[in-house]
Amino acid sequence: MNQFQYSRPADASVAIKTLSKDQNAYFLAGGTNLIDMMKMGLVSPQKLVDINNLPLKTVSEIPGGLRIGALVSNTNLAEHPLIKQKYPLLSLAINAGASPQLRNMATLGGNMMQRTRCPYFFDLTMPCNKRVPGSGCSALGGYNRMHAIFGASDKCIAVNPSDMNVAMVALDATVHISGAKGSRTMKFADFHRLPGDHPELDNNLKKGELITAVDLPEPRFSKNVHYVKIRDRASYAFALVSAAVALEIENDTIKEARLAMGGVAHKPWRLTAVEMFLKGKPANEAVFKQAAQLVSNGAKAYEYNKFKLKMAPNAVLQGLKVASGLASA
Amino acid sequence: MKKDTIGDPMSRVDGRLKVTGGATYSGEYKVAGLTYGVLVPATITAGTITAIDTKAAERAPGVLKVITSFNALKLPGYQPTAEKPVKGLKLFNDDKVYFNGQPIALVVADTFERATYAATLVKATYQTAPFETDFHKNLDKSIVPQGGRYKDYVRGEADAYKNAPVKVEQQYLLPSEMHNPMELHVTTAFWDGDKVTIYTKSQGVKGSQRSFAAAFGIPLENVQINSRFVGGAFGSSLRTWPHEIATAQAAKMLGKPVKLTLTREQMFTLVGYRPLTIQKIGLGATPDGKLVGITHESYSQSAVYEEFTENSVNVSRFLYASPNANTRYKIVPLNVGVPAPMRGPGEATGSFALESALDELSYLLKMDPIQLRLNNYADMDPERNLPWSSKYLKECYQRGAEKIGWANRKSEPATNKDGDWLVGYGIGCGAFGAYRSASQAKLTLTPDGKINIKSATSDIGPGTATAMVLIAADVLNMPAEKITFELGNSAFPMAPTQGGSATVSSVGSAVHDVCLAFKNKMLLLAGKNQNSDEQLDYAAVLKAANLPLLEITQESKGDETAQKYSMYSFSSHFAQVYVHPLTGMIKVKKVVAVVDAGKIVNLKTASSQMIGGAVGGIGMAMTEEAVMDDRFGKLANGNFADYHVPVQADIPQIDAIFIDKPDPIINPIGTKGIGEISLIGVAAAIANAVYNATGKRIRELPITPDKLI
Ligand SMILES: Cc1cc2nc3c(=O)[nH]c(=O)nc-3n(C[C@H](O)[C@H](O)[C@H](O)COP(=O)(O)OP(=O)(O)OC[C@H]3O[C@@H](n4cnc5c(N)ncnc54)[C@H](O)[C@@H]3O)c2cc1C
Repeated sequence: MNQFQYSRPADASVAIKTLSKDQNAYFLAGGTNLIDMMKMGLVSPQKLVDINNLPLKTVSEIPGGLRIGALVSNTNLAEHPLIKQKYPLLSLAINAGASPQLRNMATLGGNMMQRTRCPYFFDLTMPCNKRVPGSGCSALGGYNRMHAIFGASDKCIAVNPSDMNVAMVALDATVHISGAKGSRTMKFADFHRLPGDHPELDNNLKKGELITAVDLPEPRFSKNVHYVKIRDRASYAFALVSAAVALEIENDTIKEARLAMGGVAHKPWRLTAVEMFLKGKPANEAVFKQAAQLVSNGAKAYEYNKFKLKMAPNAVLQGLKVASGLASA
Repeated sequence: MKKDTIGDPMSRVDGRLKVTGGATYSGEYKVAGLTYGVLVPATITAGTITAIDTKAAERAPGVLKVITSFNALKLPGYQPTAEKPVKGLKLFNDDKVYFNGQPIALVVADTFERATYAATLVKATYQTAPFETDFHKNLDKSIVPQGGRYKDYVRGEADAYKNAPVKVEQQYLLPSEMHNPMELHVTTAFWDGDKVTIYTKSQGVKGSQRSFAAAFGIPLENVQINSRFVGGAFGSSLRTWPHEIATAQAAKMLGKPVKLTLTREQMFTLVGYRPLTIQKIGLGATPDGKLVGITHESYSQSAVYEEFTENSVNVSRFLYASPNANTRYKIVPLNVGVPAPMRGPGEATGSFALESALDELSYLLKMDPIQLRLNNYADMDPERNLPWSSKYLKECYQRGAEKIGWANRKSEPATNKDGDWLVGYGIGCGAFGAYRSASQAKLTLTPDGKINIKSATSDIGPGTATAMVLIAADVLNMPAEKITFELGNSAFPMAPTQGGSATVSSVGSAVHDVCLAFKNKMLLLAGKNQNSDEQLDYAAVLKAANLPLLEITQESKGDETAQKYSMYSFSSHFAQVYVHPLTGMIKVKKVVAVVDAGKIVNLKTASSQMIGGAVGGIGMAMTEEAVMDDRFGKLANGNFADYHVPVQADIPQIDAIFIDKPDPIINPIGTKGIGEISLIGVAAAIANAVYNATGKRIRELPITPDKLI
């Protein structure tokens, strides 16, 4: 059997030290992704560092925003009164993901770190550059219905599967990271990577670094928000495409817009050009339709995901309509 | 007055056991010295195994044996010289690989975990051969399946639809739907000399007994099959699968009890599925909506090593009164696991195509789809030219239309809105043969006045024991609490395999008849007139006769009268759907299932059957699709995260309505069966409702959001 050492330190520095020393050591949070991957033989850690004893489970107000500990469960985060009241977009996105049982176990840090659901990544018998760099991308000429339309490379067309991440990017969150050499912060939008030539790297976290918290800035979008998730069944399915929409509307004019999409790229995909287009325009259907037309600019589809070129703008349009009160969810 | 117990809603007699964990399923028998088997799948799709390196696996802790075609005990029934050679795949008998995931080795260890790990250490080398898994690419290589029932059928003129004034000519695709009952397939086997005891998930313990006896070349009575509780089977346990035989083979080689549990992923390759099927339909009609001709051709996926034909076109021969009809079966043998019947089976597949085409015709004719069905109502069976034993399909239309609110349907598609959502209504109908086979039941009266009845039937979920107790309570005019029914044991009196909705009809009749025989026996003992209605105190009669107990076994089967009738259950399913025009998301808001299945024995479990069937139909219509990656010859979504069955949030209110009029011919109870019919017509009702809502005709299931934007 694959034997591994298990430890449960109460001190972050101990956890980080173990990980930076050992190539084949992993942090264990909710375990909903890592344990699955261990069972399937995708990873075989020699050391599992259970981080659930670290004091990273609180949501607290900080000057200019909110700090969320990396071990706050997805359920506790989505249901937190401050989140529901001030950052409802985040609640909507988290609750659109997985199932209640999974969300009870899943953590903020684990959710950020979850691997793609590309079927070829999960099947050990098939080539996958993300799993075995250089082995080839099976999705490129294969069953790529769930795959990227933005920012892919010829090495990898997988998508980041998280719903939560999409809202985090739309909300301009910041990530706190601790490593053996100290702490650093990073914009959430810069945390995940595009595949490029290194699809084996999902994000910019370095070996041995621990996500300790995510900060949300001053709440700005607490009213006109919506998260649209289009999926193959009503619940418990990953997004075909999803759209997080946050608007600041004053006197029927869009003061500020934040748009991000899921299920379309290797990272949560921020639609900056569309945001800029919307800024200062009236919040009406005609404007939203024009905005939606910009969504698929620069997109590239594959054999089985061409529908996303239309579904992505539709999702954004629906999100804008609901967020602005023109339509109901 | 005798109270009519049949039809009362009664909770399952084994319900408490099931919800408290007291019911022991096949994987839960604690056998002393149990060992655990785990299968190793082939990683190629066709070819020959040249060598298997089992050394590392054999050295792994806890491993007792690694069985491959190179060291397996030869089974007499697997040899061509056998009297009745076992059909289909024979595991570990030779070095051939026919499909990806075919087991090439069985690792047995002292724990499941150790066997699982050791299985990853088994390394095979292969000589690969070219393979074909692409159904569409091989469509032109389709063949006519063997067997008389798959011959071309022509009534009147073939392809008469082509010359009709109004016609529909379309093609409908149903992807493969994989068998995945909640309970994984598990088999436990152990030997005592040349006698073997098996715990397994089985829809027919007598059939399983025959299969094991044939494989090992031993007498029937040397095989004891137990399958007392089954956590769903839906057709996946109609036959004995090769890995079940392999479990007993391993137990024999090791001289130890072996338990083999399939993983969820292995369920996607080893226990059958509803095969990918393309159906071509031609419908021709007069402008006033009378069918002139029906053509129905089916092309379904099969395996290179064994034929399976999805029984999909028969429904077009008799459901509607068309003077001309012709049907054809073709199969496409591929390097895939062999399919199996899946609930509703071919009739559900066929009705999706026929009922979709009929809906298309109704729009061409600008005629209400129910009116179109009434215009072509078959008062006699046009295929066999026989009267129906009973048929209340018109009542089904009418009651379903009322319940779903058909009056709110707009005949022009995409014109009915509720807020942003498009609203649509659809109907889909079907029929399933009402069968009855010979069956036996044994009744025992004990001095405490309690009655026990045994029969070698199964209960894969419908509540068989409950129905049998109800039937017995009715005939004996006794409280149900005093009656027990036992099943799932091959030593019990003969019963047919549970499939084709025939259990209540067959076994129920045997229970009915044995109770009647018992009643008369008691009257005789008490010196009363035969067939008298007098209620006796059975315990007192037994005591007076100085008997320790009384046993009576009765066989029951239909007579020739049945030959003079066509016997079917009929269904009419209705759906109301909401479709979001921007997101393409579909909400099935309501399903109404109306069924003419003769007399309903237990309203409660019968309703559960209808609800379960409708859920299966929702899966067929909206979520289920196995995707083959033809480059590798392997499923791209063979797991529960990527292969979608409906979740609770997809399931709306489902109303089950029964016509509940006894069939006078089929059996003494008057019941025709509901297990299959509950699914037949559902997918078409939903697809037709989606068209009514959106004006988009989806001819390739499942109907996912991408197809509607
Ligand atoms: C069937 C199924 C359906 C799902 N559906 C959805 C869905 O629809 N939408 C969606 O968004 N998600 C979905 N999920 C994914 C789910 O959200 C993730 O599994 C979960 O968020 C992972 O969190 P965890 O705490 O369990 O992570 P773990 O499994 O514990 O860890 C995952 C990875 O993160 C690393 N890690 C964890 N914490 C930290 C940290 N603080 N710092 C650095 N590294 C860390 C671990 O080392 C590991 O590599 C689904 C999952 C399943 C199994």
